[in-house]
Amino acid sequence: MSESPAKSVMQDGLAFERPLNELQQKIDELRKLKQDTHLDLDGEIELLEDRKRRETADVYSKLSPWERVNVARHADRPLTSDYMQLMLDDFVELHGDRVFGEDRAIVTGLASMDGVRFLLVGHRKGKTVKDRLACNFGCAHPEGYRKAMQKMRLAEKMKLPIVTFINTPGAYPGIGAEERGQAAAIAQNIYDMFELRVPIVCLVIGEGGSGGALGIGVGDRVGMLENSYYSVISPEGCAAILWKAGDKAPEAAEALKLTSKDLRRLGLVDEVIEEPLGGAHRDPKGAIERVKAQILTWLRELQATPIEELLAQRYRKFRSMGQPTSG
Amino acid sequence: MAWTRFGKKKDMPGGLWIKCESCGAMLFRKEFEQRHRVCATCGYHFTLPARDRIALTADEGTFAEMWPELCAYDVLEFNDRVPYGEKLVATRKKTGENDAMVTGTCTIKGIPCALGVMNFTFLGGSMGMVVGEKIALLCEHAAEKGLPVVLFACSGGARMHEGAVSLMQMAKTCGALTRLHRAGVVSISVMTHPTTGGVTASFASVCDLLLAEPGALIGFAGPRVIATTIKKELPKGFQRSEFLLEKGQIDRIVARAQMRDELARLLAYATGRDPVAAFKPAPVPADAAEPVAVAAEAAGKKPKKKAKKDG
Ligand SMILES: [Zn+2]
Repeated sequence: MSESPAKSVMQDGLAFERPLNELQQKIDELRKLKQDTHLDLDGEIELLEDRKRRETADVYSKLSPWERVNVARHADRPLTSDYMQLMLDDFVELHGDRVFGEDRAIVTGLASMDGVRFLLVGHRKGKTVKDRLACNFGCAHPEGYRKAMQKMRLAEKMKLPIVTFINTPGAYPGIGAEERGQAAAIAQNIYDMFELRVPIVCLVIGEGGSGGALGIGVGDRVGMLENSYYSVISPEGCAAILWKAGDKAPEAAEALKLTSKDLRRLGLVDEVIEEPLGGAHRDPKGAIERVKAQILTWLRELQATPIEELLAQRYRKFRSMGQPTSG
Repeated sequence: MAWTRFGKKKDMPGGLWIKCESCGAMLFRKEFEQRHRVCATCGYHFTLPARDRIALTADEGTFAEMWPELCAYDVLEFNDRVPYGEKLVATRKKTGENDAMVTGTCTIKGIPCALGVMNFTFLGGSMGMVVGEKIALLCEHAAEKGLPVVLFACSGGARMHEGAVSLMQMAKTCGALTRLHRAGVVSISVMTHPTTGGVTASFASVCDLLLAEPGALIGFAGPRVIATTIKKELPKGFQRSEFLLEKGQIDRIVARAQMRDELARLLAYATGRDPVAAFKPAPVPADAAEPVAVAAEAAGKKPKKKAKKDG
């Protein structure tokens, strides 16, 4: 979380989408024309579709880190609620941290999917303006992190694995959050997740904003969607501090090495889940199908591992991240 | 989360006088250093370099440093006008330290322990791979030897130049502390000015005992980020040690002059020793208790007469 970026930078961040959207518009127009006039336009439509596919592949293979950040924040990108709606056969939401309150920025509940039961924990951003406000734009307070842990303890007791969906700009920086121990709540979650005696799968589906992401991010398998990002600080915050200019966010995004490919290369995540051509926002169903398949595969693998072995592996994985040199 | 700059250079090295960051009083440097960088006027606790902290905490000549050779490298090829690799080399040269954390073993009033001290002068005490690795190594060593762990935090947060690698040190250090806990070994965190971001949101907050020096800035987000976000002025004393104590976040506030005695006393409880025997106060100047009350006042609290010994 940090200073809001200059408007123009934000808009520029998605400029690469414009020609693709224009092509789509043309295709839609031709389709309508065909319907209205019964002209044979199949050839033209096919040609344009083909061009759109090629250009989309081209544009998306060349996205800058900053452009990917903007894809990760895209208004149409599937959110935790979309995954829940399309993936789950059953969901029983469980509210509250039992101490202070109910934080809607994190959703928790018992879930069933293709006969597999688990506890779902996810950052929630909201779709409508009203929802977004209620969810605080996905920026959780300490009670959100404490709710997550309270329910994860329940999962441990029920011997249910845990699946977390990470999508937050960061934990909320406010007076109440500090009063109630934002740092301590996140730290305690990270600590406790090492001790939870059930398999844990974590997925960064959009924004992996710093400690606010890691607060539900310690898992036996950590995956990132292709166009999501995971960073120690927002590009805008980094630019403000190191470049002393919020509009240097594109440079900061580049320097931070925050894309899924970077994180995989650095050995900080286990897997990058490829998105449908042109990003998850172009085909939410396709993206969600892939995530679902990955979760089921991982849960099968992890259920087969004895729990002591799993805990040892979980520690070794994070223990090995960032190895210094000896002089 | 990440490291921001605190305490802009108000004390020029070499100057005869320095200005107090808190009350503005001009302090005679020699006396200021003798008081271990605590303002004689208002009791403000200045940031203490790691080596001075060790000298003040460990029994003389008992500190055996471990893993001093560990160095960070430019894992991201991070370049914000100056390449991180060059920045590291220059900072090592300037500070004489390899990174922002010094670790080892020592005794405190005769009680053996593992000690880790952050060094704010090294890139704002920011936590990167070396800080994370040294804490993990220290916890693992302590678990094996059954030594209680004392960690002094002093940091602006995670080191941005190491990106998500630095973020994951939060997980590494917390994970290491779970191992220590499993071994039944006690850990003590001492938060000093400033302790923010990824350090507060990891190892500094999950030790068994949480202490803080008076008036220290301790929090998740920096005050400037919060003020910008909520577009309001922050309440007086916000995110200071006294505020955290009031909100139930920490166990005790301990003035620098009493820290060594207090640690020995807690370590005695933690290791099955007699705290009364361990807690023989060293001879301190008669006015040493005074700064605590005045520091509380500086942080927006009514000054209270401190009892001679509370406990
Ligand atoms: Zn002063």
